[in-house]
Amino acid sequence: MSDIDEQLQQFLGRPCGPYNSWDEVNQAMIRHWCEAMGDTNPVYTDPAIAAASVHGGIVAPPTMMQAWTMRGATAEWATGSDTREPFEVFQFLEQHGYPAVVAVNCEQTYSRYLRPGDRIHHTSRIESVSPQKTTALGVGYFVTELEEYWDQDGQKVGDMRFRLFKYRAHDRPAEPAAAAPGKPARIGRFRAVESYDTKFFWEGVRAGKLLIQRCKACGTLRHPPGPMCPSCQSLEWDTVQSSGRGIVYSFVVMHHPPIPPFDYPNTVLLVELEEGTRLVTQLADGKPGDVEVGMPVEVVFREVEEGYTLPLFRIRKEV
Amino acid sequence: MSGNSFLGGRTAIAGIGATEFSKNSGRSEIQLGVEAISAALADAGLGIDEVDGMATYTMDNNPEIELYRLLGGKELKFFSRTHYGGGAACGPVLHAAMAVATGVCKAVVVYRAMNERSGFRFGQGGLITQDPNSFETVHFGWYMPFGLSTPASWVAMCARRYLHTYGASTDDFGRVSVSTRDFAATNPAAFFYQKPITLDDHRNSRWIAEPLRLLDCCQESDGAVALVITSIDRARDLRQKPVVIRGAAQGAAGDFQMMTGFYKPDMTGIPEMGLVARQLYSMAGVGPADIQTAVLYDHFTPFVLPQLEEFGFCGRGEAKDFIRDGHIARGGKLPVNTHGGQIGEAYIHGLNGVAEGARQVRGSAVNQVSGVEHALVTAGTGVPTSGVILGVDH
Repeated sequence: MSDIDEQLQQFLGRPCGPYNSWDEVNQAMIRHWCEAMGDTNPVYTDPAIAAASVHGGIVAPPTMMQAWTMRGATAEWATGSDTREPFEVFQFLEQHGYPAVVAVNCEQTYSRYLRPGDRIHHTSRIESVSPQKTTALGVGYFVTELEEYWDQDGQKVGDMRFRLFKYRAHDRPAEPAAAAPGKPARIGRFRAVESYDTKFFWEGVRAGKLLIQRCKACGTLRHPPGPMCPSCQSLEWDTVQSSGRGIVYSFVVMHHPPIPPFDYPNTVLLVELEEGTRLVTQLADGKPGDVEVGMPVEVVFREVEEGYTLPLFRIRKEV
Repeated sequence: MSGNSFLGGRTAIAGIGATEFSKNSGRSEIQLGVEAISAALADAGLGIDEVDGMATYTMDNNPEIELYRLLGGKELKFFSRTHYGGGAACGPVLHAAMAVATGVCKAVVVYRAMNERSGFRFGQGGLITQDPNSFETVHFGWYMPFGLSTPASWVAMCARRYLHTYGASTDDFGRVSVSTRDFAATNPAAFFYQKPITLDDHRNSRWIAEPLRLLDCCQESDGAVALVITSIDRARDLRQKPVVIRGAAQGAAGDFQMMTGFYKPDMTGIPEMGLVARQLYSMAGVGPADIQTAVLYDHFTPFVLPQLEEFGFCGRGEAKDFIRDGHIARGGKLPVNTHGGQIGEAYIHGLNGVAEGARQVRGSAVNQVSGVEHALVTAGTGVPTSGVILGVDH
C-alpha cells in the first residue's frame, strides 16, 4: 500500500452534518420536479387522486430525496448546516495530483414517503476509498460517500450511496480542432428506402414474415426484387413466404472503419435460403468465430431500434 | 498483326501526363486536371488546338468543358463520361478510340483528377445520395441496414467464397500485395517507393473486413493522370513512339449487381471480365501467350486472382498456384502491376494503370519488362468493367 493509500484511510467514517433543507417538503417544489422529470403520476400533484390513493394524500417522489438538502446554485448549504466540506478527501487528492472527477453511480434506499410539511436534513461520511485504480479515463480512486436522510423527529427516511472517481487523466494527444470531425455523432441505422418494387419485403418483415418475390408467369423466385422477371420478362408477380432456414453461403467480419451505430466486429452473412435465393443479413446471437461457410442458419426478427425491425439470422443448432 | 475489328490498331496513345501522387495535394481537383493534361499534351508534342474531345468516367468532379476552357480549347466536339467509377478506367479509352477512328475527333484527352484522400474518401462507407427515386439508394437498402457498406466489405463477401471454393488462403492475397509493393519500392513516383513488405507484414496487418487485411486494400490518393489519344497516323508524326490501342472493351455480364454480385450462381468468377477478355483478344487478334505484362486492377488483392483466370493466364481456381510460382512477380512470366499498382503507386481510379501499360509498350517504364509486344490493362472489378490491350507499332 502506497503512502497516499494509507493517508486516505484517515478520511473514512468521519461524520459530517447536519446539512439542512432549504424548505419544508412542499407541493410547489414537487410539481416543478415532476415537470422537469416528466413524472406524471397524479399521486404527487393531484390532491383529490392522492387522497383516494393508498397514501391518503400528496407524497413526494422518493427519488427527489436528494433535492431537499442539495446545495443551491451558489453552492451554499442551507442555513444552520455544518460548514465543513463533506468531501475533504477530494481536496487531499487534488493536492496529490488527481484533479478530475466523474460520478460513477448512485444508490438510494427509502424508509418512507416524504409528505408536505416534513423537514429533513442529511448527514454524510466517506464510507470507502478504493486502492488506486486505472480505468479508461485515467488513474485514481473510487470514493463512496454515504448520505443518511433524517426527518424532524430524528427518524431515518432513507440513505444514498454516491460513488465518484477522482483521477488524473491519461496523457492523450490533443483533440484536433473542430475542422476535423472526430467520432461521428450517434446516428441510427440506415433505413432501407422502400420502392414500389421492394415495399412488400419490408412490410413482410414488419409482419414477421420473410417474403420472396415470385414470377406469376414462370414461377421463378428472385431476390433482390425488381419489377420484371429476368427469366421470362413478365411484370406479374406475387410472393411466397420463406421457411426462414438456409445456409451461410459467404460472410464478412467487418472491423474497420467503424461505422455507427454498429458494434464491431460486425458479422455480415450472405445466406442462401432453402428456396434458393440469397440475401445479405447480420449474425444474431453469436461471435464471428462461430461462423463457417455452409453452416445452417435461421431467421430471427429483431427490433434493432425502436420501431425498426430487421431479419437477422442465427446459427441453427438442431438440424 | 490485326484483329477482326474495325477499331483495333487504328488509334494510339500519343501522350501521357500525371501530377505527383500524394495524400494531400494542397490544390483543387481542377488544377490537378489541367496540370496532368498539360503534361500529357507536352509529352505528345500536341497543342490544345488539335484536341476536340474530352473523356472521363463517373466519380470525377471536373467538368470536361471547364478543363477544356482553362487549357485554351476553342471547339469541343465530343465529351463522354462512362459510368461505374473505377470499372470504367479503360472505358474512356474505348470511347476516345471510337471517336477518333470514326472521324468524329482528331484527338481526345482522357483524364482522371481527384483529391480522393484529402477530400471525399470512397472507403468510408457512405451513400452519395439518399434520393428515394434513385435505383442505387433502394439497392443499397439491401446492405446498409446490416452494416455492409464499404467497398472492402463487398469484395470480402466474394473473396470468402473464392477461398472456400478453391482452397486458396489469405496468404495468396498477401502474395499479390508483396509482389506489387516490390515493384512500388523501385518506382520513385510511387507513394510506397523504397517501402517493400514481406508476407509476414501482410499476415500481421490488421483486419479490415475479414478475410481482407489492411495490406489487401489499396491506398487512397490525391493526384491526376491524363492521356492523349489520336489516330495512328497522326501519332507517328508526334514526339513519342505510338502506343497502339489494339483492343478496348467494356463489359457487364451475368446476373450483375453493382458491387454486390452475390446472387450469381457462381460467385467466384468475374464473368464481366471474361466478356472484356474475349472482346480484347478478338479485337487485337492475340491470346494470353502474346501478353508480356499486365496491369490488373488492384483496389483489393482478392480480385486479382480471378482476373488471371478470366484472361486465361491460368485455369479456373489455379491463380493461387500461378501466384505461388512467382509468375506475377518481378522476373516472372507475367509481371503484374509493374508500377506498384494502386496498392503501391497510387489510387487514381485505374488511369495510372493505363499510363503504366503505355510506358511498358514504349519501353520507358521504371520497372521495364523486356520484349514487351503487348500490355494488358484492366479496370475495376465487382463493377461493370473495361480493359485495353496496348501494343508496339510496327
